[in-house]
Amino acid sequence: MALTNIYSLYRTMEEENVLLSFKGIVTADLLTTVLNIMENKMHSLQESPKKQKKVFNVLVECLQNLYHHVDNEVYNLNESRDLLERKSAIILIVKETEQFIIRTGNYIDNHKVDDLKLRLDKINSLDKDELKDYYQASLNSSTVSAKGTAGLGMIDIARKSGNKLDFEFLKVNEETSFFCLNVKID
Amino acid sequence: MENLQLVSSAKTPEVLFDAENGKLLLKGRSIPENSIEFYKPLYDWVDSYAGQPKSETTIEVMLEYFNTSSSKCLLDLFKKLERLNGGASAVAVHWYFEEDDEDMAEAGEDYQAIIKLPFKMIEVNEI
Repeated sequence: MALTNIYSLYRTMEEENVLLSFKGIVTADLLTTVLNIMENKMHSLQESPKKQKKVFNVLVECLQNLYHHVDNEVYNLNESRDLLERKSAIILIVKETEQFIIRTGNYIDNHKVDDLKLRLDKINSLDKDELKDYYQASLNSSTVSAKGTAGLGMIDIARKSGNKLDFEFLKVNEETSFFCLNVKID
Repeated sequence: MENLQLVSSAKTPEVLFDAENGKLLLKGRSIPENSIEFYKPLYDWVDSYAGQPKSETTIEVMLEYFNTSSSKCLLDLFKKLERLNGGASAVAVHWYFEEDDEDMAEAGEDYQAIIKLPFKMIEVNEI
């Protein structure tokens, strides 16, 4: 990367109204820090308590999705670069005039793409009341995995954001795709 | 029986389960990555409380935020209390939410739809 490219990266983020960005491995400590920073930022932007809560809630689910999605095992620096890269993710938090947008990207095994796509399409096909019913049914029938996930994250994100989930899978190679998620919060 | 008392952290709520008065309090945020670790001691406490409960038991849920991992654990906690209810103890849920926090009010309704316990929805200025 040429030395001055950092400026074009900076300009792009400035023009896109990026409040906060991160690229790398998502750890529990990182989540705490990002949530902390965003709480302070929203407070200083004087967002309504209602908006602050919504953004915070959706952000928690988006970040914890990333955290749980990548392998939870403690990574070590001896691991190959490829493996480390596959565990890393990108997060952008964008502030438009009336909206916050949380954008995330992470690698996903190709064989898991169809399942996830099916779930997201189902969530997007439901209206507000149907989402409520779907959440309740899922809550009542789900079990918590050893990782602590209950399979409710995406439903909750759709419900609280009040918008459809915008997503795309980019095929990287025969094993892996990159999952791009865009969540708008009114 | 011993009370269960935990101070709040950045990702876990304050807990005060008071066996003497039959009052169970959860207050603050519940957003740990893995909530089972946090909720397990709470379940164990309720199980042993169920052996010698007060005639009335109230759980006060004063949560500002909770994640979906916690939502399942909360449901399991309510299910334990649901089993306790009607026998040796009359159990009630007091569900607090801040004014304008429709999401937290709706979350209370979600549990109300699933759990057969009396819920009292209480709107407050600030939790």
